Amino acid sequence: MIAEIALPYPFDLAFMQRALIACIAVGAFAPTIGVFLVQKRLSLIGDGIGHVAFAGVGAGLLAAWAPLWTALAFAVGGSLGIEWFRARRRTSGDVALAILFYSGIALGVVLISAGDGLSSNVLTYLFGGPLTVSGSEVWAIVLLGLGIVLAVFALRRAMFSVVTDEEWSRVAGLPVGLLNALLAVLTAVAVVAAMQIVGILLVAAMMVLPVACAQMIARSFSGALAISVVIGVGASVAGLALSRVFPGGLATGGTIVLVTAGVFVVVAVASRALAGARSAPGADV
Amino acid sequence: MASTAPSVPPVSGDGDARQELLAARGLTFAYGREPVLEHVDLEVRAGEFVALVGPNGSGKSTLLRLLLGSLEPDGGEARLFGHPPGAVRRRGRLGYVPQRPSLSSELPATVREIVSAGRLTDGRWWMPVSRADRRQVEHAIASVGLADLTASPVNELSGGQQQRAFIARAFASEPSLLVLDEPIAGVDAASQRLFRDSLVHLIRDHGAGVLLVSHELSAVADDVDRVIVLKRTVLFDGEPAALAARGVGSLGVHAEDLPIWLEQLS
Repeated sequence: MIAEIALPYPFDLAFMQRALIACIAVGAFAPTIGVFLVQKRLSLIGDGIGHVAFAGVGAGLLAAWAPLWTALAFAVGGSLGIEWFRARRRTSGDVALAILFYSGIALGVVLISAGDGLSSNVLTYLFGGPLTVSGSEVWAIVLLGLGIVLAVFALRRAMFSVVTDEEWSRVAGLPVGLLNALLAVLTAVAVVAAMQIVGILLVAAMMVLPVACAQMIARSFSGALAISVVIGVGASVAGLALSRVFPGGLATGGTIVLVTAGVFVVVAVASRALAGARSAPGADV
Repeated sequence: MASTAPSVPPVSGDGDARQELLAARGLTFAYGREPVLEHVDLEVRAGEFVALVGPNGSGKSTLLRLLLGSLEPDGGEARLFGHPPGAVRRRGRLGYVPQRPSLSSELPATVREIVSAGRLTDGRWWMPVSRADRRQVEHAIASVGLADLTASPVNELSGGQQQRAFIARAFASEPSLLVLDEPIAGVDAASQRLFRDSLVHLIRDHGAGVLLVSHELSAVADDVDRVIVLKRTVLFDGEPAALAARGVGSLGVHAEDLPIWLEQLS
């Protein structure tokens, strides 16, 4: 249960305050994982795992269990499966991702059609709906996010080593397979924890876009991590507010991702202009 | 330079200064039908500085990958710290400098962050950073002459400076065995001297074994204990003086040509 507290408009109502807490959590933990995925050139893995999570949502709705937990089980299983394929090079990375994408979404559609069929509840998982999350769902999102952040904090140096130089890490004796599997599981947890906020189809954006912005600004890996979290949280809160204050309202998940994309464009243009000014004749070096 | 050389504890607790660290016995490997290595024998012992030379395509990098467990041999065996390389994880500290480390040009990682990874070896990957870790990282960075660039992003450094950062990463692990694959390509002469001093310090003062694969041996020509000349198989394995006695010139200038000269002499 989350008590309503006095906050100014647009966060004055209880449902907005629940959404605010959830958005802050997603804005923080999604780029925390994303910073490793981007370095590993697996920016789209979150999308693939999201599709498998959709099968879990379908299974949960069919069995009348909480979809969050069935989605988590499917996503963790799918992420470990794709990591197994990737590590053994049984198939190329993009083919493995394609198998995951289409099998997951197809299974989800079949399972949902076997039950009550597509409903607004399903659309919430696909496109996000932070305004509809309950107090217990907010707690689940916050706790899952906290688990991700703590795990990454504890293992950040080893995960940094593996994603930047896997061959060296293997020779140096790091448990590369275990660390890759852990990263896959943490990605699955992040996807499922964020799916009710930005939606399965948009969840990868919150893992990648803040990191893409941060890479243009930061001068260290830890700096990139911190900046991407600041951008993720800022864009999530701004997108949530904008979706409510806009006349007639906007889809919150999509608005959050568009705000993040807007930040990316601004940072890209500004950093390019700054680089141009630095290299201009007569500029101080 | 001793003040900036990495500090390393003695290599072996049993007092055996000549412990076998790395060995190949009849190692054979082919990519498809193309033989790359045939019946290669070699060893590196504690306190030894061994140079491995050979022309492009002689199988040097493949040999290293077999010795370090990245590839499985078709025949023979590789031994790392006395065990199959795939099984070795905590029996000895291995420092490794790959030929072309993979690093994204977009990666905003500092020299300190890259070198800190060297402290994760020997089963310490899950441990928090200690004061000793920080001290050893700063020491390793200084030993390759990058102290002024510790906080600089690696992707803004020159190729030679990047290579020195990767050498520092290997030094930071306080290695009992150091394997370097073309580590000083593109590194300037002053930095090569620093590099040489650090290697000699590791070997003479701490009993580490070093296997150096390089075309360019001039910086270390006076310090090498043994030269192994490879061209699909081992053409020569002995002291530099024995190589000179066979009419082969300076190690420093023509390392790449050694196999050709040896074949002509034989």
